[in-house]
Amino acid sequence: MRALAVLSEEQVMLKDMASEWVRDRMPVGAYRKLFAGAFPLGHDPEAYADMVQMGWAGILVPEDLGGVDFGYLSLGLVLEELGRTLAASPLISSALVTATALRLLGTEDQKARWLPGIADGSIVGTLALDEGARHAPFATALAATQQGTGWRLDGVKRPVPDGMAAWLFIVAARTSGAPIDTDGLTLFLVEPTAPGLSRAALDQVDARSPALLTLDGVDLTGDAVLGPVGGAGEALDRILDCGRAGLAAEMLGTATQAFETILDYLKTRVQFGQLIGSFQALQHRAGTMFGELQLLRSAVEAALAGLDAGDPAVPALVSLAKAMAGDTLQRISNEMIQLHGGIGMTHEHDAGLYLKRARVADQCYGNTAFHRERWGRLNGF
Amino acid sequence: MPATPFAKGVVADVFPLTDDDRDWWGEDVMVDEGGEDQGAFRADVRAWIAANFPPALAGCDPLKYQGSAANAAADPDFQLWRIRVADKGWGVPTWPTRYGGAGLGEAEARIIAQELSRAGAFNPIRSYGTMMLGPTLLEYGSEAQKLQHLPPISRHEQRWCQGFSEPGAGSDLASLQMRCTDMGDHWLVNGQKIWTSGADEADWCFALVRTDTSSKHGGISFLLIDMKSPGVEARPIVLISGSTHFCEVFFNDVAVPKENLVGAVNQGWGIAKRLLQFERDSLSVGRGELPSLAPIARAYVGVDEQGRVDDPDLRARLIRNGMRVSAFGQTLKRLASEAKAGNGPNAAVSTVKNLWSDIMQERAELVVELMGSNGLGWSGDAYAEEERSATRAWLHSKAFSIYGGSYEVQANIVAKRVLGLPDQR
Repeated sequence: MRALAVLSEEQVMLKDMASEWVRDRMPVGAYRKLFAGAFPLGHDPEAYADMVQMGWAGILVPEDLGGVDFGYLSLGLVLEELGRTLAASPLISSALVTATALRLLGTEDQKARWLPGIADGSIVGTLALDEGARHAPFATALAATQQGTGWRLDGVKRPVPDGMAAWLFIVAARTSGAPIDTDGLTLFLVEPTAPGLSRAALDQVDARSPALLTLDGVDLTGDAVLGPVGGAGEALDRILDCGRAGLAAEMLGTATQAFETILDYLKTRVQFGQLIGSFQALQHRAGTMFGELQLLRSAVEAALAGLDAGDPAVPALVSLAKAMAGDTLQRISNEMIQLHGGIGMTHEHDAGLYLKRARVADQCYGNTAFHRERWGRLNGF
Repeated sequence: MPATPFAKGVVADVFPLTDDDRDWWGEDVMVDEGGEDQGAFRADVRAWIAANFPPALAGCDPLKYQGSAANAAADPDFQLWRIRVADKGWGVPTWPTRYGGAGLGEAEARIIAQELSRAGAFNPIRSYGTMMLGPTLLEYGSEAQKLQHLPPISRHEQRWCQGFSEPGAGSDLASLQMRCTDMGDHWLVNGQKIWTSGADEADWCFALVRTDTSSKHGGISFLLIDMKSPGVEARPIVLISGSTHFCEVFFNDVAVPKENLVGAVNQGWGIAKRLLQFERDSLSVGRGELPSLAPIARAYVGVDEQGRVDDPDLRARLIRNGMRVSAFGQTLKRLASEAKAGNGPNAAVSTVKNLWSDIMQERAELVVELMGSNGLGWSGDAYAEEERSATRAWLHSKAFSIYGGSYEVQANIVAKRVLGLPDQR
């Protein structure tokens, strides 16, 4: 494994820029506005325009198509900073997952048609995969039936992350076999204007408004197929792994900030005539959280570096990172409430926002249990 | 994500690990570091190892020899290897040649370590003497002390033990009481040390002694004591694992030559802290890869029709521990590369030690659990050797959170020095 944590000069600049911008432009208060219904798309479009202007949406887009091609660790650095303040954006759905899918599977025409728009922010893409309450890629049932040279799609997708903002859906559909079969999956590029497609916002606990997508006899031409017909399963896993690693980086940022907020409170809150941070029981709990954060940071960096290096162990590295992210963030977000006491139960305090976002991020692209199981199978258990 | 979250330059009062655990912490064996520069030197080292490492020792556990003078003496292959390496000075490559080293730089030393690892070989000279006392003497010792002790250490002909802890000075080491009185032409030592690794087989002891009772930290001196001196008695302590590696050592009116004091009188605490830093340096980079428990879990528990370990609850806990082991290995690598990138030593040691003891104790429990009643054998051919050693390893693992600064002491250090939390009342 290559040495981690040694960043290029560009990466250091990128991280510093992201850190500064998030602090100035996207404090937790900016996220709070979503809960007041200020942004029905699930994010602040002006803030996303800023991110695009800084080049973040093109980090994984090739240079000849308008991007900068900086790699997964670079995008992870940005996502970690965004995670600190729960900054809402479609970066993961669009700049990470959709861009990866197009690069991996797209024809030259498909890439030229969509990637420049993803890089310049005019297009938000997202993967429409999950159909039931649990993430299970191979349980995909949404049917695609051949109609001459084209296809007709029927079924429902939920939740589709950033689905209200998306102008391009990558829809996973079943062209053969039965749910649970690894074969028979096909990806389709679908625009929201397609007749028969409708979407409705899901009022989710983190206010990020994923979509409930209904495809009722949506007719597509043959060139809407992304990648091989019936054989998208393996690539889908790869695409998801990129999204999972990026989301784990965001969760690392969230958990780190939650912990630092806890620490600040322990150093300022006085009860029984002393700072509560002087109580040994609380000190040791803080120390345990700090240790878990170290493991998480290592796992996230290793997964992102593994993606950039084309490490064959990527599936295990990513499942390790995503499972640890879910686990650690759950623990720290719970502690954030508990250690703040009553004030932590109020909507006015940030703790609840961290708790809500933590659980949604855990479920997205496979929760802790999903990734423990996957890691276990990959490692002979 | 390069920002090290650890405070820089903070020295934690962490006590050393024992020999028994060096196999996990290991030396720097990250063979991909440093590239292929100095290719000629690397090629020479590789060729020399191929020609000189006794094949019979391939893949054996170096601790077998490190931890037991009797094992080391009884094995002619080990002795051959020891002498060959000692003659090259490669057991302590960075030491000057007049002290038995090879006078090489850090880069060459790294290459030697990498090539030993690559060949499945090991450094037969590695010991308390090379890792702790040697660097200390190089920095604080007189020329006469260096010439007397470093050459035999460089050949692993002199075994050392560390006389630090006392019955009344464990976590609070500086409260040590062993008296060292100036008798004019010699020192007179009276007192007791405990948890002294390998004292029953040691030729010498480097000890912290009290030369002034009026100052806690400022009344400690660093003394070299010949274990054959009249009045020294080492008694092995039988632990729950059956191990007798640790000793209690009694010193009754032991006369020690004046020239055996290292540094100045009452300056021993500073030397001890520096020595503990050498110890920590040697554990700053770990091997990071432990064998998976999956094969033995499959063998003992069996598998279901889907090929999974056929005990869902145990399987879930095995997976969880395996993931933590994996992330812990990644953490050692990350901290090592951050240190190399110039972030310097940090107070991470306490955090890392607590993670390590927690994860490794859990792992040791899992091993005996998955072996079932076969994991609870004490002796006899009815139990396989691996089963008996798993049992002993499980019992031994209980010490992980006690020695080297207990879990609770480490947690206090993390709270205060890493997280900056206020003092406990």
